[in-house]
Amino acid sequence: MSEVMIRGLAVGFGAGSERTEVLRGLDLDVTDGHLTAVVGASGCGKTTLLRAIAGFVPPDAGTVSIDGQVVAGRGVHIPPERRGVTLVPQEGALFPHLDVAANVAFGLTRRQPRSRVGELLELVGLGGMESRRPHELSGGQQQRVALARALAPEPRLVLLDEPFSALDAGLRESVRAEVRRVLRRAGTTALLVTHDQDEALSVADSVAVLTNGTVAMHASPESVYARPTDLGVARFIGQVVELPARVRGREAHTALGCVLLSADTVSPSANGSEALGTVTLRPEQIRILGVDQPGVVGHVEERTYYGHDATVAVRLEGEHGIPGPRVIVRTTGALPPEDEVRLAVTGTGRFFPTP
Amino acid sequence: MHDRSAVAPRRLRRSGRPPGFLAIPGLVAAAVALLPIAYLAVRAFESGPGRVVEVIVRERTALLVGRSLALTFAVTAASILLGLLFAFLVVRSDLPGRTVIGVLAALPLAIPSYIAAFAWVSSPVDVSGFVGAFLVLTASCYPYVYLPVVAAMRGIDPATEEVARGLGRTPWQAFWSVTARQVRPAAAGGALLVALYTLSDFGAVSLLRYDVFTRVIHTSYRSSFDRTPAAILGLLLVLLTVTITVTESRMRASSEQVRVGGGVARRPSTIRLGRWAWLAGPLTTVILAVALVFPITSLLYWSATGLSSGVDVGRLVESAVTTAWFAVLGTLACVALAIPVGILAARYRSGLVRFLEHATFAGHALPGIVVALALVFFGIRFATPIYQETPLLVLAYAVLFLPAAVAAVRSSVAMSSPRVEEVARSLGKTRGQVLRQVTLPLAAPGIAAGAALVLLTVMKELPATLLLQPTGSTTLATSLWTETGVAAYAAAAPYGLALVVLAVVPTLILMRVQATR
Repeated sequence: MSEVMIRGLAVGFGAGSERTEVLRGLDLDVTDGHLTAVVGASGCGKTTLLRAIAGFVPPDAGTVSIDGQVVAGRGVHIPPERRGVTLVPQEGALFPHLDVAANVAFGLTRRQPRSRVGELLELVGLGGMESRRPHELSGGQQQRVALARALAPEPRLVLLDEPFSALDAGLRESVRAEVRRVLRRAGTTALLVTHDQDEALSVADSVAVLTNGTVAMHASPESVYARPTDLGVARFIGQVVELPARVRGREAHTALGCVLLSADTVSPSANGSEALGTVTLRPEQIRILGVDQPGVVGHVEERTYYGHDATVAVRLEGEHGIPGPRVIVRTTGALPPEDEVRLAVTGTGRFFPTP
Repeated sequence: MHDRSAVAPRRLRRSGRPPGFLAIPGLVAAAVALLPIAYLAVRAFESGPGRVVEVIVRERTALLVGRSLALTFAVTAASILLGLLFAFLVVRSDLPGRTVIGVLAALPLAIPSYIAAFAWVSSPVDVSGFVGAFLVLTASCYPYVYLPVVAAMRGIDPATEEVARGLGRTPWQAFWSVTARQVRPAAAGGALLVALYTLSDFGAVSLLRYDVFTRVIHTSYRSSFDRTPAAILGLLLVLLTVTITVTESRMRASSEQVRVGGGVARRPSTIRLGRWAWLAGPLTTVILAVALVFPITSLLYWSATGLSSGVDVGRLVESAVTTAWFAVLGTLACVALAIPVGILAARYRSGLVRFLEHATFAGHALPGIVVALALVFFGIRFATPIYQETPLLVLAYAVLFLPAAVAAVRSSVAMSSPRVEEVARSLGKTRGQVLRQVTLPLAAPGIAAGAALVLLTVMKELPATLLLQPTGSTTLATSLWTETGVAAYAAAAPYGLALVVLAVVPTLILMRVQATR
């Protein structure tokens, strides 16, 4: 049973006027046996969070507990070697002077059987590579050895710090899937830090979005994408179309016409009056209609083709000669040949009132 | 749930604070490094500040300062000139044979100044005094400018000069307005090293009988019953060298910033010498002949004379063994003291670490003669049992060459990522275990290379060995010095030759290996 509970974690660096607060009262729960991803822009404090959990950065305030035992905070600082928290850093950081087997065996205690080395190498698909040296391995193999090494001492928690960012795009997919499979098989609780939202959504059981040193939202990948709780999360995860809107009840009036709001978006106008704010949609919720169909008229400004799909930037027609907002449309169909298109919205939008 | 007893919590500790098992040996190293200069100051002021003032305001002292500064200035200026000339010819010109010249031009650095001086002293030409000291020291020192300038010229993005050409400059104008400006920090850093070397040199100025600080300190210590003036002059010399060292490290810090961020793939273009090739060719030949061929030929000639007329081979071998033995002891002491400081400097940032690093750097600014003098005073007063015994000499070597050893440890530890150590911590190893199982094994090749360089440098050391060598034993360097002093050139030369074989040749090989690594 390894549950990680972080409460009010604050970490800053420097002193006096130079001081910068990196984590500001962060709360996070990591469920036992789950792979939790922490996603955020670079410099938002992801790595600091990992280092605080591992014990390399002492918190200024707040606590980190594992299985109910406080490991940092409240005057307690358990040194890294006694936390049972292992690391898979960027680029693997294998011990270059040791071969693969010695790398994996490095964290084994005397009581743990050496046979674990072979088992773990089998698990990560590197059976028979025991006597290779780190420099003889490809980037993906190095990452898998790093994972085996981190799993070997049966840690309470594995921390993965952007473990795939040094790999090239083709390899990244397969190593990612491999790591996920291995972690599931081992049943280890893991925390993955990444700036890549696609990675977070595709790999993790739950995703925590980190902004300004706190967790803005922590939920399942589907919830984070489809039901973001604030505009920052919506903007960070996936592409977003933002439309200024006037809202009454569940109906929002936008430049794309009337958009139905999802039921869980709290209606700000229970008393029947109108509210102002922003409605968000995902680009795939906007469809390009045939020329003869009724819809909102816009002019194509940019076409970007990706192969599996394409995005089209459309400037909507405004009123009184002022151009309307620009929206991004994702389409799997053919790109519209003409510059004037008609658009319609499917599904529901989310409303964020102007503060 | 509350099974805290399983893992005893420890009081909160700032991660920046260095662990005691490194900090305490580090403090010992700092104490060793600072001992000579501290005791020299105590000794100098023992007879009261009045005495210090009296020695300093003597006319002889003023002349001494004047001579030292004049020699330093002249050698530095000439070294800048030669260094820049060779660097330009090797990197940018179309001079025939520039690749070979490039290698040869760096070699005088490996010849100890007293061997170069031996060549002049033993020749029929009389070049003693200022001219001789100037010639010998310039020939030994200009590589300190040449090497960093070559590196800087090769590191400059050729695109900057191409931009200047595009803006209408001729090749020469582009070189002067763009490249020459960019190598200025490198040249200045090298020039300060030259100045430091010149002020600290003892062997060349002594053999050539030019009365600058180091020689006068030695004579004053040897001849006079009252040794206080020697201490005061030593302190005055340290004042000069420390000023130069501080300036040098400031310069180096700023020149390093200049070089950051120059991704270079291409070689710079060649500038045609045209008619100037007729001048450049003979000029480089003459300089290399004076700086390199002449000392080596002289050494070989006198060695042949000496060996044919029967040299005490037993004494020669004994000197060589003694030299190697002292060097091994000195190196071991150096590396042992350097390891904690080097690791701290590579891994921790704190006031204490900065202090330790600066303190162990003291040897860089302390001329060998001054360290030796201070330890003589210290030995007579407090450590009579080890005075004129091996431990005191080893201590002097440790002080003098600690900077090189610390730099080697620091850079080889810094080469491996601290992430690797963190991974080891998270896998259940304590700081001490990580040090033994990860940090030191990874840094070992670099530390070994640094230790080898220290070993070879210790073998060539003259002034400290001369003052502190145990009674009855002689090294190659001191034998060469003594025999040359009584004009027994044929007897002296074999010691010099043995020194070259033992110390200089391996140094060159090692430098080559390190450069290609």
